Amino acid sequence: MSDARAATEAVFRVERTRLVGGLLRYVGDVGLAEDLAQDALVAALEQWPADGVPRNPGAWLMTVARRRAVDLVRRDRVLADKYALVAPTLQSTSSGPDEEALDGDGIDDDVLRLVFVACHPVLPPAARVALALRLLGGLTTAEIARAYGQPETTVAQRISRAKKTIAQAGAPFEVPTGDDRAARLPSVLEVVYLVFNEGYTATAGDDWARPELCFEALRLARVLAALLPDEPEVLGLQALLELQSSRLDARVGPDGAPVLLADQDRRRWDRLLIRRGLDALARAEARGGRGPYVLQAAIAACHARAFSVDETDWTRIAALYAELVALVPSPVVELNRAVAVARAVGPQEGLDVVDALAATGTLDAYHLLPSVRADLLVRLGRVDEARGELVRAAGMTANLRERDLLLRRWHDLDGTAAPADET
Amino acid sequence: MPRYLGYTLGDESVPVPPPSPDLMQRMGEFVEEATKAGVLVMTGGIGPTAMGAKVTLADGEFSVVDGPFAEAKELIGGWALTECRDLDEAVEWTKRFLAVLGEGEARVRPVF
Repeated sequence: MSDARAATEAVFRVERTRLVGGLLRYVGDVGLAEDLAQDALVAALEQWPADGVPRNPGAWLMTVARRRAVDLVRRDRVLADKYALVAPTLQSTSSGPDEEALDGDGIDDDVLRLVFVACHPVLPPAARVALALRLLGGLTTAEIARAYGQPETTVAQRISRAKKTIAQAGAPFEVPTGDDRAARLPSVLEVVYLVFNEGYTATAGDDWARPELCFEALRLARVLAALLPDEPEVLGLQALLELQSSRLDARVGPDGAPVLLADQDRRRWDRLLIRRGLDALARAEARGGRGPYVLQAAIAACHARAFSVDETDWTRIAALYAELVALVPSPVVELNRAVAVARAVGPQEGLDVVDALAATGTLDAYHLLPSVRADLLVRLGRVDEARGELVRAAGMTANLRERDLLLRRWHDLDGTAAPADET
Repeated sequence: MPRYLGYTLGDESVPVPPPSPDLMQRMGEFVEEATKAGVLVMTGGIGPTAMGAKVTLADGEFSVVDGPFAEAKELIGGWALTECRDLDEAVEWTKRFLAVLGEGEARVRPVF
C-alpha cells in the first residue's frame, strides 16, 4: 500500500535530522551516520507496512541504525578502532527497542552539532550549502539539484566531497562554545541566508523565485533560533527571513514577472509571518542585538509595518542603513541608503549619495546604480539625463525580465513616471 | 510553505474535565518539540459556544444570536497551524499530538 509507504517516509523525514545527529555522536562520521539512517529507513519500509508504525518511531529507527552500526564495525576490521570507541554505548542498547535512544537531553545538541558540522569553515560555501540542505533540510540530492538548476551528479559529488573533506580535516564533532561559537556562528547563519537568497532571487533556471528554498531556509532559521534562543544574530536572521517570506506571494506577478516593493499589493503580505518576524526582532533587540542580520530585519520591519510607500518610516530606514554600512561596508547597501535618503529627505540629497558612490567606481558594473540614478533624476525634472541612465542600466543587466522593466520605464518617461525602489 | 490547520472536535454536551497537570506538562513538551522543529507556527484553543455568538446574513438582514449553540454537535476545540512539506508530514504531527492528548479525533486540512 502506498499509504503505509507514504506514512513511513513522512515519519522518516520528520525524524531524519535527529537520527543522523544522534548517530553522528556514536560513529563520528557524517557519511556513515547518513548511511545508517538510510538503512533504518529501508528496514522501516519492510516492517511498518506489515506490523504498523511503532509507538515511538524515532527510537525504533535509532535502535535499528545502531544495531546495524555494531554489525558493520564488527565485520570491518579496518574500523576496529572505531568499534572500540563506540562499543560501550552501542552494546548497552542492542537488546531491544530502546525508548531512551531519542528521548535523552542530547537531542538538541545532536542537531546543533550537525548544524556546525555541515557549516564547517573547511568547506567552500557551495559545499556547506549543499551539505546543510542534505543533512538538515531533509531535501534529497535530486531536490537540491533541481532547486539550484544544477545536474544531480554535480550536487552528489559536492556532497560526497564535503563529507570526505570533513573526515580528512578530523573536524571535531562538537558544538563550539564561547569564542569558538561566536567565530563559527556567522558561517552557519551565512549558509541559511545563502539558501534563502537563492530561493528569493534565483540565479539560474526559468523562475524569478524558488519558494521551496525560501521555506527550507526559514525552517532552518527557526530550528536554529529554537536551539540558540539567546543569540541576537540568530533571532535577527529568523526575523529577517520571516519578514522577507511574508512578501513572497506579492513579489511575483501573475505572469511570473517580478513586482518591486513599491508596486506590491501589501494586502497580500502574510500577516502571520510579519507578526512572527516582528516578535523575533523584538527578542533580538531586547538582547542588545545590533548586528547585520538584526539591522536588516529592522529595515524589513519598517516596510512590513507600513501599508504604503508613503507611510513608510524612511528616516528610520536611512538611519538603519547608515548603521549597517558602518558595520559591513558595502556599496550595494550604500546604494540602498541613497534610496532611503531620497525618500526621507529629498531626491537631491539621495542623488548626492549616489554620485559620491559612483565616483568610487566600485559599482561600475552594477545596473541598479544607473537605475536608481534615473529615478532620482526624474524626480528632479532632469528627464533627458534619466533616459540616458535607463538605457545604460538596460544594457548592463543580463536578466531579461529586468531589462524589459527598464526599457518600459524608458518608454513611459514623460516626466511623471513613477520611481521604483529596490525589491 | 504549505500550511495545515489541525483541530480537535468536541461535543459540549459531554463535560470535559480540566486538563491534569500531567497532561499540561506533556502538551507543553509537545508544543516545544514542534516549535523547535520549525513546524508549529501558531496554536490556540477555542472557548465554549456559550462565550461566543452566531452572526447570520439572510435576505439582507443580519441576525446575531448569543451562544450556546445547542444544535451544534461537532465543535472545533483546540487548533494548531503548522507548516509542513506535505499532508503526510502534517498527519504525522497530528498523530503525535493525539498520542499526547490520549483519545479523540483530530482533523487536518490545508490552508490556502
